[in-house]
Order: sequence, then C-alpha cells, then structure tokens
Amino acid sequence: MRDVVVLGVGLHPFGRFGAKSAIDMGADAIRLALGDAGITWKDVQFAFGGSFEVDNPDAVLGRVGRTGIPFMDVYNGCATAATALEMTADGIRSGKYDIGVAVGMDKHSSGAFTSDPVHYGAPSWYGEAGLFLTTKFFGMKMNRYMHDFGISHQTLARVAAKNYANGVLNPNAFRRKALSEEQILESPMLNYPLRHYMFCTPDEGAAAVVLCSAEVAKRYTTDPIFLRATALRTRLAGAYEVHSSSALIEDQPAPTVFASRAAYETAGIGPEDVDVVQLQDTDSGAEIIHMAENGFCKDGEQEQMLADGDTKIGGRIPVNTDGGLIANGEPIGASGLRQIHELVRQLRGQAGERQIPGNPKVGYSQLYGAPGTAGVSIISR
Amino acid sequence: MVLTSVPFAEDVFTWPSDNPQLIGCRCPECKAVFFPMQPSCGVCGSLEVEQLLLPTTGTIWAWTTQEFLPKAPYAGGETPETFKGFGVGVIDLEGVVRIESRLTESDPDKLKFGGKVELVIVPFRTEGDKEIVSFAFKPV
Ligand SMILES: [Zn+2]
Repeated sequence: MRDVVVLGVGLHPFGRFGAKSAIDMGADAIRLALGDAGITWKDVQFAFGGSFEVDNPDAVLGRVGRTGIPFMDVYNGCATAATALEMTADGIRSGKYDIGVAVGMDKHSSGAFTSDPVHYGAPSWYGEAGLFLTTKFFGMKMNRYMHDFGISHQTLARVAAKNYANGVLNPNAFRRKALSEEQILESPMLNYPLRHYMFCTPDEGAAAVVLCSAEVAKRYTTDPIFLRATALRTRLAGAYEVHSSSALIEDQPAPTVFASRAAYETAGIGPEDVDVVQLQDTDSGAEIIHMAENGFCKDGEQEQMLADGDTKIGGRIPVNTDGGLIANGEPIGASGLRQIHELVRQLRGQAGERQIPGNPKVGYSQLYGAPGTAGVSIISR
Repeated sequence: MVLTSVPFAEDVFTWPSDNPQLIGCRCPECKAVFFPMQPSCGVCGSLEVEQLLLPTTGTIWAWTTQEFLPKAPYAGGETPETFKGFGVGVIDLEGVVRIESRLTESDPDKLKFGGKVELVIVPFRTEGDKEIVSFAFKPV
C-alpha cells in the first residue's frame, strides 16, 4: 500500500451563517484546501463528500468545477468525516488515484439531534417515550464512569473551561468566550451529570483536505505530513451504546478502543509518541472517557491530569487545541476534517496563538457517535 | 369519567395483566437476550428468536436524568412549561439482559448504582377517554 500525504487543509469557520448554504461553505473549504496544497481543482482526480443534512454533497461540483470526476457522497453518523478521509486515503493507497479531496459540510438547526428511531433499528415507542436522545446516553455513560473511577464534577467543568479558553484563541471557532469553571457548574443540568455549558451544539461549517501519494507530494513540498493510519469500527454485541434499548449483561469496550488499537498498530506507534490530540468532546465527559479509550491515560487518571493542566495548550499532552466540539460545535460532516485541519496547523507550526511548543511531530484524532461508530486518524511529519 | 388504560405500544409489556412483564426475546442458538422483540438475533443473526418474558425486578446499572423537553418523536404531551424532568436508567434484569427504561425517580440523591428497582406500569398521557400507559422502573 502506498503512503498518503495530507497536502492541504481548508476550513470554513464553524458557527451560524444565516442564509449561506452548506454547499457554499463546502466550496469555500475546498478552495482553501486547494490553495493550501498549491494545486487547482483540475488536478483533483476524485473526491468524497460527507454530510448529514445535504443529500448530495456532490452539488459542490457546481461551485468548484464540473470536471466529471467521481465524487462519492458519504454519511456515517458522527464518524462521517473520518469515513470520507479513509475512503479518500484508500483510493490513493490502492494506487487507483494520485490526488483526491475529502470534504465535509453541514448546516444544522440548533438543539439536540433527532431522527426517526425506526431508522436506527429501534421501535417507534423508543422515541415516543423520550429515550431516543444521544445526550442521555452520554450522561448515562459519564455518570457511571464517574462512579467507577472517581471523576469529579469539577473535572467535567475543567474540560469545558479548557476548550472554551482554546476557542478564544481560534478565529474559526463558534464559541469564542471564556467561561469559568464556576459558570459552567452553575449552568442548568441537562442530563446528570452533564450541564448546558458542558455540551457541544450542532451548528454549521465545512472543512476539506487534499490527499495525495507520497510520490506526487514531492512536487509540492519538501516537508510532507503523512496520513499514517485511519481506522473505523462499529459497536460490538454487548456494548451499551447510543440508542441501545437493551444490551447483553456482559459489557464490551466501546468501538473507539478497537479503532484506536488498529490505528496505532498501522502507524507503528503508541500513545506515548503522540504530541497533540483531537478527541470527540460531544460533552466534557466524552473527552474524559475518550482520553482513556484512546490510550492517553488509565481510567481515573484524568482527575489528576486535568487538575495539573496536562491537556491544556503547553501541557504534557494537549487535547482539543482549537476548542474541540465544545467551542466549535458539530457540523457532523465536517467535524472530523476540522480535527485534521487543526493537527496539520499544529504540526506545521501555523497554529498562531494556540500553537503548542516543542515542534510537534505526531497528531491523533478520534470521532465517536451515533449509532456507536468510531473513527481514528493519525498523522505525522 | 372512567379512563380505559391502553398501552402506548403493542408487544412491549403484557397487558392487561395483574403482573405485567416486559416482552423480550432470546436466541436459542447463542442464548443472547434482547428487548424489545426483534426479528433476528443481534449477535449471531439467527432468525429463530423466541419470545421471553423478562424479570420484573433488577438493579440500576447506570442512570441519568432528562431535564429538557425532548423534540419529536417524543410524545409525552407536555409543553416546555409543564415538562418535569424524568430519570432514565439502564437496568440489569436479574442477570438476564440490561434494558433502558424511564425511572419513576429523578432526584440524583435518591438514585443509586446497584439500587434495586421493580417494573411499574405508569400513566403516560391522556387521549380523550383513554389513559395511555407506559412502563418505568421504580426504586424499592
Ligand atoms: Zn444468536
């Protein structure tokens, strides 16, 4: 399999943009990624476009050029962007193509996601009864995690405060106002132990990356950033996951654990080699759990790590340096490509005020969400 | 006016009954248990799943609260003004299966991991002369 390089990244800011369509945001992200890569749309041989709200992300072709290339639309829950990335990478790894684009775009209304539970294999009554809510799942999982491993409410607030503080330093973020731990702990409870300011919100935005073969990359750069691994996994029978009306008695690890192991194995590295991390912080509890599920600590160590500021910019292992989902919100199709955008900026030393010190070489990103799907990607110089 | 009690969905619990039970299913091949009934086994794919009436008692494996009014398809009939939060739990039914359910208790101080609970049939909403009933678990 051929090595793949992340040649360019582009990001349309995340937030609320009035009448601007998701397609137009996607086109902006593509133009930025092409400019960053130093290529034009005519050089692109194929693309994958991810979205939840847009049926046919390939409509973006009408904005950037109908060159007739294969453009594949993907939707894969909260792992949509990781899926678009992996499919694009596979097209190059296999030798079928040399240059491709992965783009994600979305434009959600505000408030928790909803859908028809029947499309998730759950009965209609599951929704009618008020059980078909992703936020409730995250509350349940975190409440049990706190009980099992001694994580405090203060630590939940620390994670959110960190991500809002990072958002202040990120001109593309949705939430750019610092919130104190006290303000976060005083916000209304939504799903115990998770409060209003601990959750991300569905919003709008787009992101794109240009991938190419290592051979082609030599034409454009002398300091390539390689996409070392991508891995996708779904939940195992037995795991209690989003939208589970029942689960087997014997619990199973979450799909992130398996995606993470596979990605480390492919990349030939371990968590100790990672310099900068992007985790799915649907809520601050999710970031805490995902720190352990991705191997960055043992269960329960997060309490001390957050107290010591280990995951802040400048800390031992910075997490969500651009503010994560909590400060950026979650346009589902774009979210995972925003993570890659931030990691590339950090590895190139282009992250401005939020640049981590120490010349970082390895970046790690993880997505997780309904209906129990995870994606992990690792990049390095 | 006397209200007739009507279950909020068919085949979720035995009704009418003096001792209602949730209706799940079991795979005879791999013994996996699911709730509610489903047409095939989620572990091995077998089509031979059989109905299984589930235990009416269990323990709280995990819990949270639902403190904002869910969007549709939620059909509790409340408005943002009348909505009162409710508890939600994952209940370990005597080692047979874990299921999700609303709880009759939503006070975090009264909900305990491992706490014993029992099945109750509770009013959900009213439609004309019908009282729509659903299931919940109640701490004992
Ligand atoms: Zn089976």
